[in-house]
Amino acid sequence: MTSVHRFEHGSRVPGWDLPADLEKDPAEIPDPATTAVPDDLRSEIEAHLALYPDHRSAALPALAAAQRVHGWCSPEAIEQVACVMRVTPAYLESVASFYDMLETTPVGRHSVYVCTNISCSLCGADELYAAVSDAAGDDPDFNVRAFECLGACDIAPMASVDGVYVGPLTVADVPQLLEDIRAGRPVLPEKQLARRLVADPNANSQEWVGENRSPAEGGA
Amino acid sequence: MAAAAPPILLFTDIDQPGLNTLDVYERRGGYQALRKALAMTPEAVLEQLKASGIRGRGGAGFAMGTKISFLPKGSMDKYLVCNADESEPGTFKDRELMQKTPHTLIEGIIIASYAAGANRSFIYIRGEYVLQADMLDAALHEARNAGYIGEGILGSEHSLSLVVHRGAGAYICGEETGLLDSLEGKRGNPRLKPPFPANQGLYQGPTLINNVETLATVPAIMEMGGEEYAKLGVETSTGTKLVSVSGHVTRPGNYEIELGISSREIIYGLAGGPPEGRQVKCWFPGGSSSPVLTAADLDVPYDFNSLAQAGSMLGSGAIIVVDDATPILDVAMKVAKFYRHESCGKCTPCREGTNWTVKMLERIELGEATPMDLEIMASVQEHIIGNCLCVLGDAMAMPIGSMIAKFKDEFEAHIERARMSNGLNRAGVADTALAAQGALEEPPGTLLAHQPGGEQAPGAHEGAPGTHRGGI
Repeated sequence: MTSVHRFEHGSRVPGWDLPADLEKDPAEIPDPATTAVPDDLRSEIEAHLALYPDHRSAALPALAAAQRVHGWCSPEAIEQVACVMRVTPAYLESVASFYDMLETTPVGRHSVYVCTNISCSLCGADELYAAVSDAAGDDPDFNVRAFECLGACDIAPMASVDGVYVGPLTVADVPQLLEDIRAGRPVLPEKQLARRLVADPNANSQEWVGENRSPAEGGA
Repeated sequence: MAAAAPPILLFTDIDQPGLNTLDVYERRGGYQALRKALAMTPEAVLEQLKASGIRGRGGAGFAMGTKISFLPKGSMDKYLVCNADESEPGTFKDRELMQKTPHTLIEGIIIASYAAGANRSFIYIRGEYVLQADMLDAALHEARNAGYIGEGILGSEHSLSLVVHRGAGAYICGEETGLLDSLEGKRGNPRLKPPFPANQGLYQGPTLINNVETLATVPAIMEMGGEEYAKLGVETSTGTKLVSVSGHVTRPGNYEIELGISSREIIYGLAGGPPEGRQVKCWFPGGSSSPVLTAADLDVPYDFNSLAQAGSMLGSGAIIVVDDATPILDVAMKVAKFYRHESCGKCTPCREGTNWTVKMLERIELGEATPMDLEIMASVQEHIIGNCLCVLGDAMAMPIGSMIAKFKDEFEAHIERARMSNGLNRAGVADTALAAQGALEEPPGTLLAHQPGGEQAPGAHEGAPGTHRGGI
C-alpha cells in the first residue's frame, strides 16, 4: 500500500516528533532597542492591538500584516511582530504554524488557491488544479495551492487569486488567468464573484410551483 | 404545498445596487428595527426572540432565545461573537449576506447585544473572505459615524463596540470554542465543555455566539414580531432559511426557502436538479458533515426535525448533490481527506480516526482492501462519535458511516474490482502478502473474513487492545 507517514499528510500537527534542541536558550521577547521594525508595520500592529481587551488577540491580524510586508512569516517577520506585541517569537510561531493562510516557508507573491473540496471537485476542480499547477510550472512568482472549501460552491470550480474569487473556471481559462496575474490586471473580470447576482433571480422570486418537476425524476 | 409566494426576509432586493451602503439600506427601512428594539426593554426584546422560535443557522440548530437566556445577569463584561467563519464545505450563504447587505448583520448584532446585555462584539470572519470583510469594515465605519455603534446608541443607555476580526484559514475555527481561542490569538483548539461559552467564553467572560444568518434574521423578527415570525415554517423549525445548493445541479446558488418545503422542491425546482440524463445518487442535506441521504429521501420536508428523523441533519443548510455518474468512493475520499487535514490534533479519536479512515479508503482504491475493511472502517467511525471535545471527528464519522451503510454494495464491488485488476497488474504482490498469512487457499473476497480471530483489525476493533496491528 502507499506509505503515508504519520502526520506527513499536511495535518496541523507536523513535526511533533522532531527532536528539540535542549541546549538552545529559550527565545525571549525581542528588545525594541535592537529590533528594527518598519514604521508602517509597527503602526498597523499597534492599531490592531488597540482594538482588543487582550493584546494577544491581535496575533492573527499582526502576523497577516507582517506577511504582507515580508511575503511570508519569516523568522525576521515573527521577530518584528513579537517585538511590537511584547510576546515571545515561539508563541507567534505556534500560531503561524496552525493556520493555512500564514506561510511558514517562502512562497511566491501571487497566491492562487484552487478549491478542491467536495463541491468543486464534483465539478472538475482536480483537473483545474492540475492545469493551473502545470501552467504556473516552477515560476517563483506563484504560490499555487489546492485549498479546502473556500465558500464559493456556487461558482465551482473556482479559485481565489490574491483574495479575489473567480469562477466557474474551465481548463481553457487557465492561460488567460495566469496572463492576467502576470500583467497585474484584474483577473478574468467577467468571472469574478463580486459581479455575480444571487443564484437565479427567477428561481429566487419563487415562481416555481410543484408541477414544474424535472421529467428525468420519476417516482424515485 | 400552496404556491403562494413564500416570504422573503433576508434576500429582499438583495441584488439592488448600493444595498451595502448605509444610505440605501436606511432608505429601504434599515435600522428601524433597531429603533423599535431600543424603545423596548432588553427583556421584552428577548421575549420576542424566544417567541419567534428561531433556531441557530450555523449547524447545531440551538434555539437562539434560549441561548441568550443562559447568559448570567449582572453588570460584568459580556461579549457577543458573530461566527462568520463559514467553512463547512458546501456552505456559502453568509458570504452572500455579508457581501451584499452587511448592515443587516450589523443591525442584528446591535439588537442581539441589547437583548443579551453585551457591550463588546466581534465578527470572526474567515480570512479567505477578503471582499466580504472589506464590505463589513466599510459598513461598520458608516454605522459608527451614524451613531449606531459606540456609546449610548441612538440616545439609549446601550453601548456597543464592534470589531471585524479576520481569521487565517482553519475549518476548526468555525467550532465555537475553537473560534474563541483563535479570537484570543491562540491556535484554534476547541475547549472542554462545560463550562459553555454562555458562562465562560471569550476572555473567560459570558459570551453569546451566533451565526451570521441567525443574527441577520433578528431585524426581520423585530419588525414583524416574534409570534408573526413563528407562523412561518413548521412547528419546531420556524421561519425562512437560506440554503446553499451546489454540486451536480444546473442552477447552484443560495435560495431563501420557508422551512418545511420538500427537499425535492429545492433540488429540482429551485436549483434545477442534476444535468440532463442524470439522477440524484446521494445528497448532503446540511454540509459535508451531515449523513448522506439518497434519492429515496428526496421528499423529506426540509426542516430540522424531519431531516433528523430521516437520519441526517439540517446543519448549515448546504445541500450538496452528487449524481449517479460519481463513484461513492471518490466522495468518501474527499470528505475524509478534508477532515484529516482540518483535525486540530488535540483529541486522539479524531486525529487518528480521520487518518485511519483515509488510509483504509486508499487501500480500497488501490485494491489492497478486503470486505472486512468496511466493517473496520464503520467501527472506527463509531468510536470517534461522541469521544472528542468537539464534533469535527463526528463530522467525518457521520457521513462516512452513512455512506458505508447505504452504499455497501458499491464499496464491496469496488473492493473486488480493484483487487482483481491489482492482482493482474502487480503480478500477485498482494497475493504474496496474503500467502504469508496462510490464507491463499480461500477464494478471493472471503479471505480475511474467514480468518480465525480476525485480529488483523486495528486496535479499535472489538476492544482488543494490543493485538496484532500488522496488515494496515
